[in-house]
Amino acid sequence: MNGPLVNATRFRLEHADEWQRLEQLVTRLEKKSLRSLTDDDLLDLPRLYRTTLSSLSVARDTSLDASLLAYLEQLNTRAYFQLYGVQTSPGRQVARFFTSGWPDAVRTLWRGIAFCVALTAFAAVAAYLLVRSDPDWYYAIIPEGLAGGRDPSASTEFLRSTLYGSGKEDGLTVFATFLFTHNSQIAIFAFALGFAFAVPTVLLVIYNGLMLGAIFAVFASHGLGANLAGWLAIHGTTEILAICVSGGAGIRLGTALAFPGQATRMDAMVAAGRTAATAMLGTVIMLAVAGLLEGIGRQTITDDGARLGIGLFALAGWLLYFFWPFGGTERAS
Amino acid sequence: MNDALSIPKGSMRRRFVTPEGVDLQLELGTAGARAGAFLLDGLMMLGILIAVTFFFIYIAVPGLDQVLMIVWLLGFFLLRNFWFSLFEVGRRGATPGKRVAGLRVVARDGSRLTGAAVVARNAMREIEVFLPLSFLGAQAAEGTADTFLTIFALAWSSLFLFFPLFNRDRLRVGDLVAGTWVVEVRKAALSDDLVGAVQRQRRRFPEEALAAYGIFELQRLEQVLRAEQALPIQTVADTIREKFGIPNDGDDYGFLSDFYAELCARLEQNMLLGRRRADKYDA
Repeated sequence: MNGPLVNATRFRLEHADEWQRLEQLVTRLEKKSLRSLTDDDLLDLPRLYRTTLSSLSVARDTSLDASLLAYLEQLNTRAYFQLYGVQTSPGRQVARFFTSGWPDAVRTLWRGIAFCVALTAFAAVAAYLLVRSDPDWYYAIIPEGLAGGRDPSASTEFLRSTLYGSGKEDGLTVFATFLFTHNSQIAIFAFALGFAFAVPTVLLVIYNGLMLGAIFAVFASHGLGANLAGWLAIHGTTEILAICVSGGAGIRLGTALAFPGQATRMDAMVAAGRTAATAMLGTVIMLAVAGLLEGIGRQTITDDGARLGIGLFALAGWLLYFFWPFGGTERAS
Repeated sequence: MNDALSIPKGSMRRRFVTPEGVDLQLELGTAGARAGAFLLDGLMMLGILIAVTFFFIYIAVPGLDQVLMIVWLLGFFLLRNFWFSLFEVGRRGATPGKRVAGLRVVARDGSRLTGAAVVARNAMREIEVFLPLSFLGAQAAEGTADTFLTIFALAWSSLFLFFPLFNRDRLRVGDLVAGTWVVEVRKAALSDDLVGAVQRQRRRFPEEALAAYGIFELQRLEQVLRAEQALPIQTVADTIREKFGIPNDGDDYGFLSDFYAELCARLEQNMLLGRRRADKYDA
């Protein structure tokens, strides 16, 4: 060869094979999965990545070939994301969510959740007292469409029938599904609205409590309070807890934004956002369970005691799952 | 330290240092590409929804309506809330729309993109897009959407919609909360070597011609050579010949690639000696 031989050329001759082998592996990873690589490939991958990464450093210091630099940059970026940026297998992700991610997130949010439970109870008592003293309040709290005739003017027989309707009724399971999607949507809102310093989230939780108290007031005035408690308990313990968890998630996000403490506002928000999102995702699962209890259990089990028992059992189950210190590795670290 | 890596102000490139200490420099996705990706995803979701709805109406089996209705409700729920999340936790970190637009979601601190982050960034979409729109839709359906409400809903939406344009890193509210950003996926093949392939006797150039240019000019020259378009090659070749009084031998491409090789070798050598010349104004 005549004339000058630039570094870029020498460099390409020496390493192009390795780069192209890495590119091949990365492309296969991007298109398919980890399983498409042989054991040899898997052993080679980190080594090829490191040599290509150092190639980039060397090229930046010694070479002026812009297209070579661009090639090495994009190849290293792609390899980086395949090696470091991607989550573990979906199965393991799901397993980790159930064994540690979800309960840990709920544990971290316990203050917000307790606050929401208290808020719900407070609002329910307030609405109960209001409606008992003046039934007109009921119409201010519960929209007509949702009440379905269950208002202060309804007869005792009608109210009783709404509690023990048979499961054969058309559309009930569909309605349970609708309620599940609707409630889950509310739970997601409760999380996202936390971004507005948690104010809308708190309002949502209060409103939920108000509705609870108002309905109780109507049934109690007909001597059906205990029956309603059973009707509500079978799925309500799960559902109300779920709403309180997503409320706690929203409050966490809002308070991190308003009072970041030692961390920067950005860091505080990111940490809170990820924890709260994990808890929020869990509430969707809880609401699905509540929907199942509602759609199946409530229609087939009409005994008040059994309903109450299942509801309390479910509540105890959730609390054990979230707060029982099994393993406790996450908290120790 | 290494001034090749300094990022000009206003550029969409961002430092991204790997655990090995190398700065990979990511290019942020442009607002246009991201809006396009979102639109594409929205259209796909809508398309699926419409297709499935018609399919269910078509196969309407008496006695099975209930099941179909439940499947439809759950399907709509999953589509609306988890379309983005399910795709973004995958190996590509991108929804189909983002893939078409050449984008991917990345954790800002360079760590693994966790499921929690993906769920967080997409749940925020509820208040950014879906809440005002569904609110408006519901009011319009009841015929109670007055002008004030419409304006309010649109103002709310656009506040969030244009949020990425008002911060340096083009972050959506969801990105802000989840600690993510959206970067371009670049894919380039290894180009030919402009210098090593030449096997013949190279032209010699006067000292003053080689001394006139810096790295900026060299890389422009590389661009022109790689583009292989006759007119720019001729223009550049003529300019250089004229400036330094070199006779025209009729081979513009050969002339330029020889000049490139000589200049490249010279600048590289100087760089190794610690004399890095940015452009022709750099003494």
